[in-house]
Amino acid sequence: MSRNIGAIIVDTERCKGCGLCVEACPKGILTLATKKVNKKGYPYAVQTDEQQKCNGCASCGIVCPDGCISVYRVKEE
Amino acid sequence: MKTLQDILQPQNLVYTKPTLMNDRPMHYCPGCSHGMVHKMVAEIIEEMNLTDHTIGICPVGCAVFAYNYLDIDWIEAAHGRAPACASAVSRMWPGHLVFTYQGDGDFACIGTGESIHAMNRGENITIIFINNAIYGMTGGQMAPTTLMGMKTSTCPYGRRADLHGFPLKMTEIAATLEGTCYVTRQSVHNVAAIQRAKKAIRKAFTNSLEKRGTSLVEIVSTCNAGWKLSPVEANRWMEQHMFPFYPLGDLKDTTEQQ
Ligand SMILES: Cc1ncc(C[n+]2csc(CCOP(=O)(O)OP(=O)(O)O)c2C)c(N)n1
Ligand code: SF4
Ligand code: SF4
Ligand code: SF4
Ligand SMILES: [Mg+2]
Repeated sequence: MSRNIGAIIVDTERCKGCGLCVEACPKGILTLATKKVNKKGYPYAVQTDEQQKCNGCASCGIVCPDGCISVYRVKEE
Repeated sequence: MKTLQDILQPQNLVYTKPTLMNDRPMHYCPGCSHGMVHKMVAEIIEEMNLTDHTIGICPVGCAVFAYNYLDIDWIEAAHGRAPACASAVSRMWPGHLVFTYQGDGDFACIGTGESIHAMNRGENITIIFINNAIYGMTGGQMAPTTLMGMKTSTCPYGRRADLHGFPLKMTEIAATLEGTCYVTRQSVHNVAAIQRAKKAIRKAFTNSLEKRGTSLVEIVSTCNAGWKLSPVEANRWMEQHMFPFYPLGDLKDTTEQQ
C-alpha cells in the first residue's frame, strides 16, 4: 500500500507564533517552541514528528497568515 | 524508508508562500486575518497570470501598507475613498484588473457613500471587504459592523441599540443594488473556508475582467488584538458570534445566468 509522507520547513524568523498552524495540523505534530524565540521575540512553530506521521497535507502552510511554512510530499510505495 | 533529505527536494514541494508576496515581514499582529487574505490574493493574481495587469487600491486601516507586501501596482486612497479611486482607474485603464481592499471602518463607515454609489453604478471592480467588526488600526473602537453586545474600547459595556444603533449589513445592501453582479460572504478560519474564499475572489476577479459589474467579497475576519483574544480563540469567537449574524455564502450571483 502506498502512502503520502510529508515534511515541512518553517521560516522561523518570519513566524509570529500565532499558533494557527498548530491548531490546523490533523496529526497534532506541530507546537510552538518552548524557551526559544526568534529575533523578534516570537516562539516559532516546530514540528516534532519522530514517527513520520506528517502526510504533507499542507493544512499548516495554507492557514499560516504569514506564509512561513513550505510543505513537501512524496509517495512511498 | 525515505529520509528527511529525500523528501525535502524541490520537485516534492506542494505548498509555499506565493512569490508575488515578497519577503518583507508584514506588520500585522500574529494570526491576523489580513495576512491570510493578502496571501490568498497574491496566489490568485499569480495563478491568473495578472501580475502586470492588476491595480490594487489600499484603504486606511490596518491594511494601509498592503502595497508593501504584494508586488503589483497599488494606489493608496484617502479613508473610505477606495471605490471612487478604483472607479476612475478601471474607466481609464479598462484592460486591467482593479480591486479595492478595505476594512469595515473604511468600506462600511467613512466610505459608505463611495461604496454604495460605486456598486450602484456597476463599476467593473472587485471590492474585498475585511469585516472584523472593529477599527483595528486605531485601537479597537466600535464600528458600524460591531455586533450587539460586543465590547470595544468605545463601548466597553457592549454595543447598545439605544446608544449606538444597529450593526450595518453592507453586503445585504450591496445585493439589492442593480450594479452588483456577484455578492458573497466568506471567511478564512480553516482550510475549507480558505479554499471557498479563494474560489470566490477568483470569480470576482473574472467578473471584473469580463466587465460584468461590481463584485463584492466580504471576508468575515478576526482582529484578535482588538477583540483581546488569542488568534485561535478569536477564530472560535468568530464562528460562535459573527457567523450567526453574518452568515457565509453567496447572496447574489447573476453570472450563472449569463
Ligand atoms: C479621514 C480620517 N478619519 C479617521 C481616521 C482614523 N482612522 C484610521 S484607520 C480607521 C478605521 C480603520 O478600521 P477598519 O477600516 O475596520 O480597518 P481595520 O484596521 O479594522 O482593518 C480610522 C477611523 C483617518 N486616518 N482618516
Ligand atoms: S503537512 Fe499536514 S500533517 Fe504535516 S505538519 Fe503540516 S498540517 Fe501537519
Ligand atoms: S501559522 Fe505561521 S506564523 Fe503562525 S505559528 Fe504557524 S508558522 Fe508561525
Ligand atoms: S489590530 Fe487587528 S486588524 Fe489590525 S493587525 Fe492587529 S489583529 Fe489585525
Ligand atoms: Mg475593521
